[in-house]
Amino acid sequence: MLKDQDRIFTNLYGFQPWDIDGAISRGDWDGTKEIMAKGQDWIIGEMKESGLRGRGGAGFPTGLKWSFMPKESKDGRPSYLVINADESEPGTCKDREIMRHDPHKLIEGALLAGYAMRARAAYIYIRGEYVLEAERLEQAVAQAYEKGFLGSNACGSGYAYDVYVHRGAGAYICGEETALIESLEGKKGQPRLKPPFPANVGVFGCPTTVNNVESIAVAPTILRRGASWFSGFGRPNNTGTKIFCISGHVNTPCNVEEEMSIPMRELIEKHAGGVRGGWDNLLAVIPGGSSVPLLPKSICDTVLMDFDSLKEVQSGLGTAAVIVMDKSTDIVKAIARLSYFYKHESCGQCTPCREGTGWMWRVMERLVLGKAEKEEIDMLLDVSKQVEGHTICALGDAAAWPIQGLMRHFRDEVERRIDVYHGRQVTEAAE
Amino acid sequence: MLNVIESGGAFNFSDENQEKIKTILAKYPDGRQRSAVMPLLYLAQAQNGGWVSSEAVEKIAEILSLPRIQVIEVATFYTMFNLKPIGRYHVQLCGTTPCWLRGSDEVMRACKDMGLEKGKSTDDMLFHLTEVECLGACCNAPMVQINDDFYEDLDYDRMTAILKALKRGEVPPPGPQNGRQASAPEGGPLVLRDMVPAAADKE
Repeated sequence: MLKDQDRIFTNLYGFQPWDIDGAISRGDWDGTKEIMAKGQDWIIGEMKESGLRGRGGAGFPTGLKWSFMPKESKDGRPSYLVINADESEPGTCKDREIMRHDPHKLIEGALLAGYAMRARAAYIYIRGEYVLEAERLEQAVAQAYEKGFLGSNACGSGYAYDVYVHRGAGAYICGEETALIESLEGKKGQPRLKPPFPANVGVFGCPTTVNNVESIAVAPTILRRGASWFSGFGRPNNTGTKIFCISGHVNTPCNVEEEMSIPMRELIEKHAGGVRGGWDNLLAVIPGGSSVPLLPKSICDTVLMDFDSLKEVQSGLGTAAVIVMDKSTDIVKAIARLSYFYKHESCGQCTPCREGTGWMWRVMERLVLGKAEKEEIDMLLDVSKQVEGHTICALGDAAAWPIQGLMRHFRDEVERRIDVYHGRQVTEAAE
Repeated sequence: MLNVIESGGAFNFSDENQEKIKTILAKYPDGRQRSAVMPLLYLAQAQNGGWVSSEAVEKIAEILSLPRIQVIEVATFYTMFNLKPIGRYHVQLCGTTPCWLRGSDEVMRACKDMGLEKGKSTDDMLFHLTEVECLGACCNAPMVQINDDFYEDLDYDRMTAILKALKRGEVPPPGPQNGRQASAPEGGPLVLRDMVPAAADKE
């Protein structure tokens, strides 16, 4: 188990004060000016060296992303850092804990990341439903200004930097970086075609980097303790510590920071009190938020919680939101409910997603009852393939994958229901 | 033309909100005042008793020098703007899979038994019930949001108790309803025990 002295988020559960004095007592805002004095190249180099991969779902190397930003503005356009706090991926509730219990880690990270990419300001785009978290962030930002950590001479470095909080208003799609940028500009949250990429043309037509809350909030600790400290956890290409959100059929659901590459079984049993009714009562796990395909127990027995290990078994680490389902679960209904989610959240811009998510959901609802023909399973998979990869953003993919995962591992159960519905003789379905 | 957004009579921002608008506009670069559409819709909604009227939309368009349609399309795209009057307590019940696995159907049943109906306000305009998608508190499922507050770790009885308290005019303390701290495991955290103040340590 990760030792307490190696935890970044020491106030994850909010037992200690969240405010700036509490944060300073936990080691935040310590030597920030000195870190900045080491220069932009040093910071980006250290972040690359740490192996940190984006914590928002896609897992793109953070240091590399920062390095895409222009080193000088040839046309006078400023650069911006945008922090994606639109946490909405079902199963995921980690950024909320950072923002309400450790907001200064995020704000200090916003300064260091923004400085490294030569941005003039950061916008933190927080989902609208997190009302209290947004208020707390606003207060924390105000505290940082009062202490001179932000503003015209941030931390006495001579660098001018502002941090602003901007609230969303209830749209999952705004977690997609270009939809988020549109929304921040006061428009409907509909994703943009890329290119141009945000690093060239982002918010307000200026170079922009969009990073997840957790990716930014871990940066100050990495820069203080060193890249090799961070990369000492996990496996190569899957380094560091990570907040895991364990929900569903476990005895004690919780958020916990752990070492990357921890075995899934160990994570669930050590931190979440184990599966309800014991490990053998496990049916399946969605390991990285609703968008990634589920895994049956046989894979969960041995799989490691990291990018590469989960990719190997045709799933993904995503946001590291582990949704556990025991044998009492109506697995078809659990996935059908996700299909409804994607239908509800499709922005309607691309036809395959707008029409496909509704179509897939309606078929899924019939499959819950078995009110279908077996040929329709392949038709559904075929349609899911026509949605996947044929839309501007990844919402179409995210709608397709849970269904594909269900059919990959639980097709027997779906077919059994069809037989039962049609009154055919059914032999006991294999698990 | 504005038929999706109900009329609510003359609207103007209060003096206090006029001041807030200045602060909001200062967050965005010159010429980018359109970014303030959502913050202003929120202000209008709060001032107007929980919903945005067509007159408020007109006013926001005027303040930001935008065509009215650019405000309308934002007000109608995002789910958090209510475009007609709703009950005083807006109960938003999460029904997405992580909450559903932990019994959101039971929470819904509690709401129904207390006379709430999905998508509707009660006759006395005390409650409005909406089934929403994931609210991002999955380790504390099932949960509802009532106005600004999250009520977590619910079941049938706890939800009923909350609604009854609101009916009596009391606002029950938000957060986990099973006594645990935030999203630490029930029974106390297994890690970072040094951070737990002695008084809060129940073990």
